[in-house]
Amino acid sequence: MSEVIFWVIWVLVVISAMIVAYSKNLIYSVFSLLATFVGVAAIYIFLNADFIAVTQIVIYVGGILVLLIFGIMLTNRIAVAKINQSSFQTSLGMVVVGAVFVILVITILGQSWPVLAESMDFDSTVGKIGTLLFGDYLILFEVASILLLGALIGAATLARKEL
Amino acid sequence: MPMVNLSLIILVLPLISFLFQIFFGKRLEHKKGEWISIALVLTTLLLAIIMFAQMLFDYQPDFRQEASINWVNLGQFQIEMGVLVDNITIIMLVVVALISSLVHLYSVEYMKNDVRYSRYFGFLGIFTFSMYGITIANNLFMIYCFWELVGLSSYLLIGHWWEKKSAADAGKKAFIVNRIGDIGMFMGMMVVATVAGTFNYQVLFERIASGAWAAGVHGLFGGVDPNTLLTWAGVLIFMGAIGKSAQFPLHVWLPDAMEGPTPVSALIHAATMVAAGVYLTVRIFPLLTPDAMAFVALIGGFTAFFAATIAITQNDLKKVLAYSTVSQLGYMIMALGTGAYVAGFFHLVTHAMFKALLFLASGSVIHMMHHSLTKLNDHHTDAQDMRNMGGLRSKMPITYAVFFIASLSISGIPLFSGFLSKDAILAGTWSYAAHIHDGWLAQAHLGWILPFFGFGAALITAFYMFRLIFMTFHGEPKRKDIFAKMHESPKLMTIPLMVLGALSTFIFFTLPSFNPLGGKSWFQTLVKQPETVVPMGAFDSEGFAHGLHLAHYPAMYTSLIVAGVGIGLAVLIYILKEIDPAKMAQRLGILYRGSLNKWYMDEIYLNGIIRPFLKGCDAIAYFDMEIYDHYVIDGVGRRVKALATGTGIADDLVVDGAVNLVGIIFQWLGWTFKFVQTGKIQNYLIYVLIGVLMVYLINVF
Amino acid sequence: MNHLESYLILSALLFSLGLYTVITRKNGVAILMGIELILNAANINFVAFSKFVTHQVEGHLMAIFIIMLAAAEAAVALAIILNLYNDQGNINVDEADALKR
Repeated sequence: MSEVIFWVIWVLVVISAMIVAYSKNLIYSVFSLLATFVGVAAIYIFLNADFIAVTQIVIYVGGILVLLIFGIMLTNRIAVAKINQSSFQTSLGMVVVGAVFVILVITILGQSWPVLAESMDFDSTVGKIGTLLFGDYLILFEVASILLLGALIGAATLARKEL
Repeated sequence: MPMVNLSLIILVLPLISFLFQIFFGKRLEHKKGEWISIALVLTTLLLAIIMFAQMLFDYQPDFRQEASINWVNLGQFQIEMGVLVDNITIIMLVVVALISSLVHLYSVEYMKNDVRYSRYFGFLGIFTFSMYGITIANNLFMIYCFWELVGLSSYLLIGHWWEKKSAADAGKKAFIVNRIGDIGMFMGMMVVATVAGTFNYQVLFERIASGAWAAGVHGLFGGVDPNTLLTWAGVLIFMGAIGKSAQFPLHVWLPDAMEGPTPVSALIHAATMVAAGVYLTVRIFPLLTPDAMAFVALIGGFTAFFAATIAITQNDLKKVLAYSTVSQLGYMIMALGTGAYVAGFFHLVTHAMFKALLFLASGSVIHMMHHSLTKLNDHHTDAQDMRNMGGLRSKMPITYAVFFIASLSISGIPLFSGFLSKDAILAGTWSYAAHIHDGWLAQAHLGWILPFFGFGAALITAFYMFRLIFMTFHGEPKRKDIFAKMHESPKLMTIPLMVLGALSTFIFFTLPSFNPLGGKSWFQTLVKQPETVVPMGAFDSEGFAHGLHLAHYPAMYTSLIVAGVGIGLAVLIYILKEIDPAKMAQRLGILYRGSLNKWYMDEIYLNGIIRPFLKGCDAIAYFDMEIYDHYVIDGVGRRVKALATGTGIADDLVVDGAVNLVGIIFQWLGWTFKFVQTGKIQNYLIYVLIGVLMVYLINVF
Repeated sequence: MNHLESYLILSALLFSLGLYTVITRKNGVAILMGIELILNAANINFVAFSKFVTHQVEGHLMAIFIIMLAAAEAAVALAIILNLYNDQGNINVDEADALKR
């Protein structure tokens, strides 16, 4: 059963990502990006990564996506129902990206990954992540907070009208 | 606390004073900032007196403390920085500290309203520092360093009023003339370093005594007789003393140095720095061979006599005292040369007191003269010329009294300190002439020339000192207008005078005996003549002592008679006016003119050395400019220019052509590739990806 | 669902689609979306390797930091896009070629 669900979600993620890449309507792109994010969160569940899944939902869907929508609304007249977007160098991009994808697939399948035999079964990763975050990675954590603060100030400064 | 540590503290305090006055003095100028310097110097005086009391309390003639650290290591050879404290050091420290303190106090009043007031005190500080350094140094190298520092501070203080051209010139002259002596001293030190391998006095003397000196004579000095070399080393080091102590023929700077402020003259050019030469000779005394000592004695004796003859005719108050100083320094040097070591050093101490007193007292007169001249708005009259003074006795009683005491002292009248030391020196020369047969002077049967110089100088000294007193303080005032405005100097100036006046009496130097004719005083006990270390023909100190005993009374009577005659002559000429000095001058003719013109020493130097040297320089310059430059340098230049023109053409065609070709190629390349640059980031991203793919393909195939 | 490769292929697909978006889109916000896709692809890789190869949660930690980074980047990028809009009236990046001019 879970196998089936997994593959359904897998396909959904790919399709929604393709809509993001190919849709002519920007609004469609944004909402299928929402689907992609949720799908990826589900994929995390399959990977026993509960905390990451929740984080994905909270930050991506709740934060970044809202930011993106704000970006669209601030830069387009929202009364126009259909916000078109155009593309260029599509054929060249298709060829190059396709080649990159082929190379990636060749690499992934051609490699014998050192996969451990027994599967990882743990109830929750939150405790472990918390221990690590405030233990070995404490400095990284603090640096990250400073980075966020910097980004906050930078974004606020950049967004001011009189730059 | 060990004496060595005390002496180091004494050394450092005046340096602090100097640094303070240089960096912060300007802000406190005329706001009592000078009292910090004075407090520091008075502290050193206190410490020096503590050391002195300690020395008297212990009463060890052989007292000696030494401490040193290695300063420079040159393989086997080491230069150390160290302190040597013995009785001589302590006595010298007290003398320097005392004179320096009194001069500091005196200067507060004398230099009041001076333009560079704080700087003046700073320079006094560095001078005192370097003088202490000379005093406590335990090796020749260190003494040399401080020797030069003393020369520097002397230069700075002589030129204190550098707006006056004569003062600036006098500073330069003092510096350069001293340098000539110092070159000799340095050569002597190099000889010592090369042969004995050390600068430390004690080690050096031990090596000479043990014969290591003779063993060290090789290389550059190979084949030279070790004793001759030792004589040369002694004479060369003594050259430093000739320069610093203003001995003939390098005495010419000292009279000119009187351009400096009078307290400076008292401190540097009368009491302490010029005595440094004597002190150096005292320090190296054990290594002087009989030949070197004969040289020292002859230089000293001649200077004593020679300078005294000049002092007779000078009319400038300070010039008379300057030549008197040269003459007295000659006495000290002569005493050391004849082996009267204790007498020489004794005279250094007593002379420091009464000569500083003479200078400070004359400063008091000059200061007041300046005052009245300023009040009269007269800027042309020379405040130092005795011909403008006269009769000042009633106006300046304290100055007159101390001046009189100092003059009696320098003339060698009993009850005063000068009598004790001068008598000992004269007895020493007498004994030398009668009993010593070592050294070329004695072998040439010229030994009696030294007592002649000594007694002759004593006669003249008594005469010119009283001439000075009579012209300045007695008789009718020559300028009534100036005279009317004169009065006694302020307390801050008279108190140092009175202190020095007290110290010019015999009592401080004869203790514990009260005999004014001398006796077994503390000085004679605590200052012991060091054993000479010269291996061959050691100085006959036993015979000398015996002779000294025999000569004591004859020398004393002779010197008393001679001094009496000198004073009598002065009284006859200047008080009773029995002899007209102008007529005397006419009758003596060439002798008078010679004396008045300082025996033409400056002219001899100018015409004999400086002018020919400048002419030689001109000739060399002519050769340089006209011949060398014209033919060699310009000739090479013309050929190089021709060559350069040729290469220039080749350069234009070949090298520039190649460069331009490269430029053209890249211009074309740039024109081609400019189409790739669209300014769109996404295009660039495509290029990057294509690059990645190509790298991958290259890796795979 | 128990094969590493299935996750890796998904990640490669997301990466390629994101890359394509970044390369071809003119709209700034769309490009930003492409970047988010690429970052998601990377996250999937981290977590997948964490499960199948290392059995440690360090991979999760990296994913968290990347998400954090994405948030910061999105904020700054949107500020830049707003500036672009103020400057030229639209947010088409192909018109922002001042580098060439």
